Amino acid sequence: MLNADPVLVDVVPAHEAIPALRDGRKILHAGPPIDWDRMCGPLRGAIAGIAVFEGWASGLDEAMSMAGDGALEFHPNHHFDAVGPMTGMTTRGQPVMVVENRAYGNRAYCTINEGLGKVMRFGGNDREVLKRLEWLRDVAGPLLGVALRECGGIPLKSLMARGLSMGDEMHQRNVACSCLLLREIGPCLARTSENVTVLADLMSFLGGNDQLFLNVGMAAGKAIMDPVRGIESSSIVTAMCRNGTDFGVRVSGTGDTWFIAPVEMPEGLYFPGFTEADSNPDIGDSTILETIGLGAFAMGAAPAVAGFVGAGAPSQAGNFTRSMGEIAFSESPVWTIPAMDHLGVPTGIDIRRVVETGIAPTINTGIAHKEPGIGQIGAGVVKAPMGCFVQALRALADELGVS
Amino acid sequence: MEKTKLEEFLSSPMHVVNVGLEAFADELDTQGVSVVHVDWSPPAGGDPELAGLLSKLGA
Repeated sequence: MLNADPVLVDVVPAHEAIPALRDGRKILHAGPPIDWDRMCGPLRGAIAGIAVFEGWASGLDEAMSMAGDGALEFHPNHHFDAVGPMTGMTTRGQPVMVVENRAYGNRAYCTINEGLGKVMRFGGNDREVLKRLEWLRDVAGPLLGVALRECGGIPLKSLMARGLSMGDEMHQRNVACSCLLLREIGPCLARTSENVTVLADLMSFLGGNDQLFLNVGMAAGKAIMDPVRGIESSSIVTAMCRNGTDFGVRVSGTGDTWFIAPVEMPEGLYFPGFTEADSNPDIGDSTILETIGLGAFAMGAAPAVAGFVGAGAPSQAGNFTRSMGEIAFSESPVWTIPAMDHLGVPTGIDIRRVVETGIAPTINTGIAHKEPGIGQIGAGVVKAPMGCFVQALRALADELGVS
Repeated sequence: MEKTKLEEFLSSPMHVVNVGLEAFADELDTQGVSVVHVDWSPPAGGDPELAGLLSKLGA
């Protein structure tokens, strides 16, 4: 994973990147596998919305009925080389960003970040949300794809290193990386766009979204971790994700088995008018960022985030990074934190160290309202449940004939 | 009369290294005793089965 070379190479319709989406009414979601009956409110809301977006249902009520009747198929993003933030909706008509790991030749996918406010990733599903998704499908996605193909792709490893030095941890703070990305892709868009008004709208959308890079970083994370899957005896975590009900962990030496435990509630700060009583349990594939040493693992690079997620004083941000270093196999030689004397971010969560120390991975996260259709209500930190790692350790020991 | 080493030790200021339960360090600190706390807990929270697996898995 330290040798990975992620490059943002394209934006294409999801059914082109993931051929399995061409058949049936497949909806890819965040987290480990889950049935409709156990899904949380935001996930149900997003599913209803995306079913309308894809033209499978004429309205949200019909979509809900179809989901309950088994007329929609649900699969984890992780089973199709993809990841998605919060509810993580990926369906055939949505544009996905393509990140290629040029060191190993594999590719990973993630949809385009919709911005803040009422958005589908937080369970939003009204006309405003669907209209934005249509614009992303019909306008933004194709333009970005052409521009990326024209410029030959944007290398991400060095861009992310620079973002760390500019105060991003790439989970709850992406303002620096988003600006750096815009700086790279802007000239390509200008060269390949034929309509100045449309280009201006796209630039305004991209430039106005501080979390634009979140989905790029996630696709990079997936592309980095997938080659680590299935290495005999390896105790390194290859994926962590949540569906709002269950937290799932995969470990290299145990293949594609999910180790599952109930998700925990984030602790954090809420937008005006909302409280902890409104919040949904932990959700999203964005924990792929902590899996590669970013997010809470890189909190020391982003002291401004510590206050935003309610994790204490900015001066204490480095303690999160040091603590996560206790459970990591190595430090990144490229992604370093200037304010911590260029300490490399803790890289490669080792389940042996997690179980031995009792230190669970910390995650920076957005907080969704527990009811469908409302959206984001805050941001905070949450722990990965220790049960996943204990199960994984026992399974790895069993795999190796150790008792 | 010359002090024994034990008497000398007991009559000199204490500097304590506390390992494990932080409450012990807090108590000494409130009494003005110089104390450094070491954050330590038994492997796997003291679970002997998991600790055994960990030792065999090279942790």
